[in-house]
Formats: sequence, structure tokens, C-alpha cells
Amino acid sequence: MKIVTQKKVATLSIFLSLLLILVILVSITMGSVKVPPLRSIRILFQSIFGLKGGGSETERAIILSLRLPRAILAGFVGAGLSVSGATFQALLRNPLADPYILGVSSGAAVGAILAILLGLGTFSFGLPLISFLGALLTVLVVFYFGRQDGKIHPNTLLLAGVIIGSFLSALIMFFISISQKEELRTIIFWLMGDFSFSNTRAILIIFPYILLGFFLLYLRSRHLNLILSGEENAVQLGVDVERLKLVSYLSASLITAASVSVCGLIGFVGLIIPHAVRLIFGPDHRLLIPASALIGASFLIASDTFARTLLAPTELPVGVITAAFGGPFFLYLLRRRKVIKTI
Amino acid sequence: MIEVNSISFRYHEDWVLQDVSFRAEKGEFVGVIGPNGSGKTTLLKILYRLLTPQKGEILFELVSMKRMERADIAKRVAVVAQETHLLFPFSVLETVLMGRSPYLGHLMFENEKDLEIAKKAMEWTKILPFSERPMDELSGGERKRVFIARALAQEPEVILLDEPTASLDIQHQIDFLDLILTLNRERGLTIIMASHDINIASEFCDRLILLQGGRIYKMGTAEEVITKENIETVYGCEVWIDQNPISGMPRISLLKKGGH
Repeated sequence: MKIVTQKKVATLSIFLSLLLILVILVSITMGSVKVPPLRSIRILFQSIFGLKGGGSETERAIILSLRLPRAILAGFVGAGLSVSGATFQALLRNPLADPYILGVSSGAAVGAILAILLGLGTFSFGLPLISFLGALLTVLVVFYFGRQDGKIHPNTLLLAGVIIGSFLSALIMFFISISQKEELRTIIFWLMGDFSFSNTRAILIIFPYILLGFFLLYLRSRHLNLILSGEENAVQLGVDVERLKLVSYLSASLITAASVSVCGLIGFVGLIIPHAVRLIFGPDHRLLIPASALIGASFLIASDTFARTLLAPTELPVGVITAAFGGPFFLYLLRRRKVIKTI
Repeated sequence: MIEVNSISFRYHEDWVLQDVSFRAEKGEFVGVIGPNGSGKTTLLKILYRLLTPQKGEILFELVSMKRMERADIAKRVAVVAQETHLLFPFSVLETVLMGRSPYLGHLMFENEKDLEIAKKAMEWTKILPFSERPMDELSGGERKRVFIARALAQEPEVILLDEPTASLDIQHQIDFLDLILTLNRERGLTIIMASHDINIASEFCDRLILLQGGRIYKMGTAEEVITKENIETVYGCEVWIDQNPISGMPRISLLKKGGH
């Protein structure tokens, strides 16, 4: 019987976690400064177990303070964007939905650009914090306009998100047009999605929100299955739909806000990872949500590793890599209409 | 079992249902007929509290439906609605298992007992052979049987049917309705069915409710409700009514304008 059971979810999660660890290990061995792979891994394990020795001071700094935090951050963002994308696709019953569909990302962008223009871009907490606040403010405004008599109407919410997103895009264009040359490059890298802004402490800002959002959504994953066939369908099966929608929309938005604030607009991850996971494991959210999180994390760490190393020492924005992979993959999905019927 | 006490409902300005009262006893097969926009679907939606009437109340075994938890309603009232949207299709078994949702509460996964109940429901509706197939590969008739199985997995006391035969050919209409009738007769399930097909309602239902503009125009047995006078007044077209020669139930024939 091919159904999703607790055992199946647990087994697969363990397997995908091992894959994720493997991707992280490979990622920290690669970079513009050559540290031999085995020595990189030895440095990592020695530090985990609190041992000294192995590798020079510089090598240790590169592995432990640069590459590892960056991989972990990319992992959180990849997981967050994938889970948020899967949720929006279910709630809006739209296969083209992605984490940015409600305009949250544009709010984050306005915040980030303001921070850059005010010269806070180099200040450790400044950029992600202001960006995060911009995203949260946008969530509040979108939900204020997207709700009618205490109920969320998906189309109204979607319209509110798109309109507010467009308005914020106008602000972004305005800021770009008045910015100086050096700022411009930073802004454009941010808009394409880039981890080079991040530092270790960025992880501390975002991980509580991504974890919280993930657990709130995972607890509702069975009910997300039911709402996939329509809200009336979910009510017929005893779901308190308004509550489900409110918590799920807000959780997915919170995850998006936290993710975008540390690394800018990384495209395609939140769109294609859920589709790829459905293609392999089916549409059940009890499996889709954890599997999307783990595969999305691996995918973004791998993409960021490419972005760092492809033209080393020049770094590419990671968004360039995800789009380069994501575009063709999405076209492949379109060809295989089995997965996405309604496009 | 279900007691509807003078309910009125409106979406916006205009009342869609006005002062509707009736009772459905345990094991009864009630048909709701009436023209487009007479309030049939709205009435069904109120009966599982998708919509809440502004006036009046509904008692389910003497308990006001307003005071029941959603999951408790879903344990007692199952709905087989018109086609649902299949964006990312689940398998037949997964769809039937969803009927266990109201019993799971905060649990994430179905257990052996749930699986057993789902299998029995599938056996009963003869869909077990294709339990692994995705829903979008089934024919309309097969999909209907899946949704009956899902309704059965809810172990309900009442099944609400909204235009159940609308998209089916006559063979599948009869298959479907025989299945429902067996559930009604053998398991004592209460059935409330909204239908456009007056002949089907006449043949299968114990009692009919004829709606006109959100009010009950006539309620009673098929013989009492399906008369030339009632139908012509409510539907506004000429009809001929005689008896089905086999069952003896009222039978309606449509007439061309001026063609006789």
C-alpha cells in the first residue's frame, strides 16, 4: 500500500539528512582558497569535538568562520524558501505560486536597499534587520487589505500582495535611480540573491523564525492535503479552514521574510523544489514539507558552492545559479504535464 | 434526526433562503428539488455548516449545530459534492483515507484501524482493484464511487448529495443511486439529495422538498409534490405528468412550446 506513514517519513528524513550533511561536507572543502578536502573535514570534526590541532590558523578560520556558517545559512534559506513555496502552492491552489507571491520579498528589498543607501550595508546586523522589518511590515499591510470580514479570500489576498508588491517595486526602482555607482552594484547583487552579505550572526537572526514557521506548517500538513481540493472540501472533512489559512499564510510569510532578509531575492528554489519533490514522492504534505526542506537545503548549499567556485575568485550571485538550473528544470516539468496539470 | 427550524440565509442583501423548516428522520431519503437559484445547494451547505444561517437554527439529534465542533459535524455528516478540483492528484486510497480526518484530531497519521475502515469502504463501492491509481486517471463514474467511499470512511449518519448524477451517463446514474439506496435501506443512513432530475428524485426519495425562490413551496411524498400544477408554477414551463409504468411513481415529460 503506497501511503505516507510515520515510518516512511522518518526513514526518508534520515536519508535526506545524511545527504544534506554530505553536501555540507563537500561544500566546505571547496572554495577559492585551496584547503585539501580531508584536512577541511578533519578541521570541522576536531572543532565539533572540541579538539585542537590540524590545519593552520587561516585554514581553520576559512572553514569554521566562513564556509561552514555560510553553508548552514544557505541550508536554512533553501529549506525555508522550499517549504514556504510548497505552502503557498497548496493554499492558493496555484502551481506557479512561490514564496514571493504575496509581495513580502519586495518589502524586504525596500528595507535592504534603504539599509544600503544609509550606509548600513557593512554594519553587521543592519542590513538583514532592516530588511526583515520591511518584510514583516509588508506582511501586515498585505493581510490588512487581503482580509474581508475576518476571512481570508485567496484571490483578494493574492491581489493585495501583487498590488503592494508592484508599489514597492516602484520604490525600489526609485532608489536604484538615485543611488551611486558602488551602492548600485551592492543593490543589484542583493536583488539577484547573494550570500556574501551574510555573516555568522545572520543565522542567529533567522533560524528561530524559520524553525517556528516550519513546525507550525508541519503540524498542519495533513490539513494542507485536504485544502488542496478546495476549502469547501476541507470543511466537509471537519477542518477549521479560516484558522488553518491564517496560521499557514502567516507562517509561510514569516519564513519568507526571514529567508529573504539575509540573502536577497533568490529565485526558483521555492518554485521548483516542491514540484520536484512531488514528482518523486507524491503530493502528501506530511512527506512533501520535510522532504522539500531537506532537499531545498541541499540544493541551495550546492548552488551557493557553485556560485563561489565557478569563476573563483569572482563570486557570482547565487540567484544566477538557481535560475540557470531552475529554468530548464521547470521547462522539463512543463513537458511532463503529469505533474502540473493546470498550466 | 435533523431538525431545521425556520432558517433564513443571505450572502449579501437578498435572502437566498427564507423561513425554511423541515425534519429528516433517521433512515429517510429526502430529495430537494427546485429550479436554478431556488436555494438547493445553499441549503445543503448550511446542513454541514459551511454557511451559517442568519436566522433560525438546525438541531442535530436535539443539539444545536452551532455548538458542535467542525470535526464532530464531519463525523456525522458526510458530503458528496460536485466535482472537486484535482491540482496535484492523490491516489484513490489516499483520497478515501482523507475521510478518516475528523477522527484523527491532532494525530498526523492514520493507523491500522483507519486503513481497515477505508478498505472496507472501497470494497463496498467496488474500487479496491484500482486503489493505487491517481484520481485524475479515473472516469467520472469511478471518481463518484471514490467519493462515496470517502464519505463512508467518515462513518456518518447522514450523507448529503449535491447534484450527484449531473455528470454521469444513465448507466452510471443508476449504479450510483442503487449504491446510495442500499446504504439508505441496509445501513439506515439518512440521505438528503439535491437534484435537478425530477424523475430520479421521484423514483428514489421517500419524501421531496420543492423549493421556490428560497422558500419551501411544497413538501411531501412524490405523489403530493410532483403534480402538473406544482411543477408548472415553480419551474414556469409546461410539463406532462403520468406514472412510471413499472414503479408507479410520478413521471415527468417535457413538452416543446406549442408543439403539441
